[in-house]
Amino acid sequence: MAELSGLPEAVGELVHDGDAVAIEGFTHLIPFAAGHEVLRQGRRDLELIRMTPDILYDQMIGMGAARKLVFSYGGNPGVGSLHRFRDAVEHGWPHPIELEEHSHAGMANRYAAGAARLPFAVMRGYVGTDLAPITHVAPITCPFTGEELTAVPALRPDVAIVHAQEADREGNVQLWGIPGVQKEAVLSADRALVTVERIVDRLEPRPGGVVIPGWVIDLVAEAPGGSQPSYSLGITARDNDFYRFWDKLSRDREEFESWMRENVLHEVESTT
Amino acid sequence: MTTVTDTATSGEVQTVVAARRLEHANSVFIGVGRPSTAAILARMVHNPHLVLVYESGTIGAKPFHIPLSIGDGELAETADAVVSVPEMFNYWIGPGRVEVAFLGAAQVDRHGNLNSTVIGEYGHPRTRLPGAGGAPEIAACCQEVVVIAPHSARTFVERLDFRTTVGFGDGPGDRRRLGFRGRGPTAVVTDLGVLEPDPETCELRLTQIHPGVEVDQVREATGWDLAVAAEVRHTAPPTDEELSALRELLSR
Repeated sequence: MAELSGLPEAVGELVHDGDAVAIEGFTHLIPFAAGHEVLRQGRRDLELIRMTPDILYDQMIGMGAARKLVFSYGGNPGVGSLHRFRDAVEHGWPHPIELEEHSHAGMANRYAAGAARLPFAVMRGYVGTDLAPITHVAPITCPFTGEELTAVPALRPDVAIVHAQEADREGNVQLWGIPGVQKEAVLSADRALVTVERIVDRLEPRPGGVVIPGWVIDLVAEAPGGSQPSYSLGITARDNDFYRFWDKLSRDREEFESWMRENVLHEVESTT
Repeated sequence: MTTVTDTATSGEVQTVVAARRLEHANSVFIGVGRPSTAAILARMVHNPHLVLVYESGTIGAKPFHIPLSIGDGELAETADAVVSVPEMFNYWIGPGRVEVAFLGAAQVDRHGNLNSTVIGEYGHPRTRLPGAGGAPEIAACCQEVVVIAPHSARTFVERLDFRTTVGFGDGPGDRRRLGFRGRGPTAVVTDLGVLEPDPETCELRLTQIHPGVEVDQVREATGWDLAVAAEVRHTAPPTDEELSALRELLSR
């Protein structure tokens, strides 16, 4: 059974310097509140894992929290580049970052293998690309048909963080809408934190609902609006304007830092 | 239906031509931007039963608005089915259940291979691009690929800085050797015309030019010595119906 916790306490207990941290949410249910709490607690040297490192990881990379990034698509969805990610890769600012990149199919299969506690997953992919020689995959022959396939290593994060619409008081979680790879991320990790829009007495079954039982989750923290500027289907809407705003703001190192200090670290009194 | 008096922009022609390619398709895999606009337009004008599949896991989405991201709520709310990312790639993309894939890229070479990873050296890139996303497996497995890209010598290059996604590899036989099930790129739709692979050499050649475009202009905007088909077709200008629908869609 998962324990209900405050967000700062949950992050403090589960996320440590140097951890491999998977914060998931495929354009939906992105755990911004939890990621920001990781930054407020000053965590460093993290191996950040995420299929689609969008604005949240751009912020974490720009604030110098990441040692390594494991990913498959580093863009601002529908808008363009992630400027802090680019600055780190192109100019080593604020410090150089190690990259391990895959395709979406590769990352999804790596999580699924991790969730299954298998050492690797088998798929068709990577062959003929320049990705194969620079990343961590290997050819494997099917023992039944002799077909040449590709093995991708299991992902086993130290901690997974996902966001969902609801949890009950036992810490059972339900999310609905685009389910991404959140269930796989939780089941692949050693520790799991789920933030939710609200705690309810009873989970009502939803069409397409994905239930993650509380006994595979360590801590559940209530974080209303915790996926903004991403969204939680049925509760909050995606703030598309913020994604466009970020494209402009994040181009400049100083503007980025001062925005983060004011709006995320809360070191400066907000003027709004 | 309103009457369209002014002529279409090159971007509008590109979108309309891409949409026409979906007239008889059962399903199309799309990312955001012009491919998504073209697919929604195809559903409006040519093919109301076209199944739109977005990488975010929404199968059969029926968006009224053009989505900003592949994860916009409207896609999930209107979809026939919403599936997880592992399911999307392992059960839907991998086995080739999706007929056409629309893909974009920062660089395209003469064999329809794509780069969306870096400009410059991988270890010290001049420009770090977003990366592979779903493109490599989508291009390997979907039954056919239509590339949609702006036509310039920066995009259509002699040599890719990084081969993210395989079109025809180094030429004939490569897709079979690599075990790919789909046919690979069947067309590259640009804002100047359409390139299609030569069945013998798998090299892209100019087969169609848009209204007002000259063959030499396309050659100049291509970074390799572009082959030109013996008979280059002229794109039929967008009809009033196509252009009105596109502009109405963009104004929603």
